[in-house]
Amino acid sequence: MRLTQGCFSFLPDLDDEQIRTQVQYCIDKGWAVNIEFTDDAHPRNIFWEMWGLPMFDIRDAAAVMLELEACRKVHADTYIRVSGFDSSLGWESVRISFLVNRPKKEPGFRLIRTEGAGRAVRYTVQTEAAAAE
Amino acid sequence: MSIMGKKVQPSGEKRSRYAAGVMEYRQMGYWEPDYEPKDTDILAVFRVTPQDGVDPIEASAAVAGESSTATWTVVWTDRLTACDKYRAKCYRVDPVPNAPGSWFAFIAYDLDLFEPGSIANLSASIIGNVFGFKPLKALRLEDMRLPVAYVKTFQGPPTGIVAERERLDKFGRPLLGATVKPKLGLSGRNYGRVVYEALRGGLDFTKDDENINSQPFMHWRDRYLYCMEAVAKAEAASGEVKGTYLNVTAATMEDMYERAEFAKELGSVIVMIDLVIGYTAIQSMAKWARKNDMILHLHRAGHSTYTRQKSHGVSFRVIVKWMRLAGADHIHAGTVVGKLEGDPNMTRGYYDICREDFNPMQLEHGLFFDQHWASLNKVMPVASGGIHAGQMHKLVDMLGEDCVLQFGGGTIGHPMGIAAGATANRVALEAIIFARNAGRDILAEGDEILETAAKKSLPLKQALETWKDVTFDYASTDTPDFLPTATAAE
Repeated sequence: MRLTQGCFSFLPDLDDEQIRTQVQYCIDKGWAVNIEFTDDAHPRNIFWEMWGLPMFDIRDAAAVMLELEACRKVHADTYIRVSGFDSSLGWESVRISFLVNRPKKEPGFRLIRTEGAGRAVRYTVQTEAAAAE
Repeated sequence: MSIMGKKVQPSGEKRSRYAAGVMEYRQMGYWEPDYEPKDTDILAVFRVTPQDGVDPIEASAAVAGESSTATWTVVWTDRLTACDKYRAKCYRVDPVPNAPGSWFAFIAYDLDLFEPGSIANLSASIIGNVFGFKPLKALRLEDMRLPVAYVKTFQGPPTGIVAERERLDKFGRPLLGATVKPKLGLSGRNYGRVVYEALRGGLDFTKDDENINSQPFMHWRDRYLYCMEAVAKAEAASGEVKGTYLNVTAATMEDMYERAEFAKELGSVIVMIDLVIGYTAIQSMAKWARKNDMILHLHRAGHSTYTRQKSHGVSFRVIVKWMRLAGADHIHAGTVVGKLEGDPNMTRGYYDICREDFNPMQLEHGLFFDQHWASLNKVMPVASGGIHAGQMHKLVDMLGEDCVLQFGGGTIGHPMGIAAGATANRVALEAIIFARNAGRDILAEGDEILETAAKKSLPLKQALETWKDVTFDYASTDTPDFLPTATAAE
């Protein structure tokens, strides 16, 4: 299974130089850059673990790339995403988000169907790895 | 003498304002060239085409009169009211550039003429009677300025662009959708198959068409059940939030609420309505959507009957303004390059109305007034109709990233199937966004960027080969009256 969250999941996985161009784009826009990781990429798991605070005052993508390298060392076998956060009035949210690391084997999700009256089905998406625990 | 077919008192002759009989509208207080509009006034600009021999100022004053307090004759009961305040005032009449016989009439309406928070009331005044007025050959409502004091009486879009993106966890690129085709005739089960394939292939949304409601070939419950099976299955397969716009348009509000509730029970993130349900029904559904955390998609079905011709009707930009107030999260607003009417400059104006908190006056985009939205939620414009992956760079360049790009035929018509069509669109979009962010000139290098991406994506390669020469180059009928002019540096 290939998780397709984020802005560039339908392209081949980005190499570091490609990641750098996108980080620099965020910095040039004045956005804070955030690194987050998780081993549960459920589509409604919003709050991934933060790798430190969002980087608000960085000028050069190289600094972000160093942090990403450090994060990867510790969390090599998880999903890691980079996002750009725009604090300007009227937005105050994420502007871009893309995956920069995947676990070696992506666990995928299972669809649980709970049948109800009138043919209605209640659907639950369950992360495979989490289900095994 | 006779003005506009009515026998009236000649202008030169002094008579009492309230003497019984008929009088020119301009003399009754509907023409005030010195009037300075108040910040709280609602302003409207009409394109007025008087019948031959009818004076443009009198015709414009008549529009002001007939869309506010006036009737064809003097009535003494005006004197029981603060009638000066309630009269709409035409304060400016300009000839339309390059269009002899037509004038732009600017009219100011006092805020107290309108019920707070009601598009039905606003439109009943502004376009209620006056469009059939005999002394006019044609009349078009071009634009409106809605004062902040009035904007603040509306709920607006139930979700808004930012909250929609947060809920869907999708940022940094346009959303991708497709309308299920053929639009009529599929059974629920086959319809769900199209939804599943398109979502699994990489689209964020699929969509019912405007006329998919509950017909003999597919009743609404059947469609909802199969569609939500498809949505859930695609979410599990991709790990992404997916949606399908379940059209809840129906004959009565009760039916619409019933359908919307069922969509909610099944876990849908979005429901859809058609413009033809009417302004009140739209506002009701917007309230329902806010209460139920539902994104509300509005298809502009029917609008071209009154928006397309320049001489008569209501400009689409006015409809977009009304719909932002009424509360649509999505509105179809044109593609420029696709199969449906849409001049690039006018379309830019519609998109700005949807997405900005402040629209400066910009005549070349058809915006006649400054418009403040006072933090009212933003509307996601939807580009739909005759677009394909090979135009991705043009679409992103023109429409920006806060929109839904909807490829119906451009997904389902792919030679290798629906999922491949969806993948082609998604790959093309991501490649263009990546290149733009990396500093490349997507307009100049778009074809090359897509060709390069297609080397690693067979679906995109096939899509580009299939549709490479498809364009819809026809002259628009609704074009700007003003061209940008160079101004000297000071």
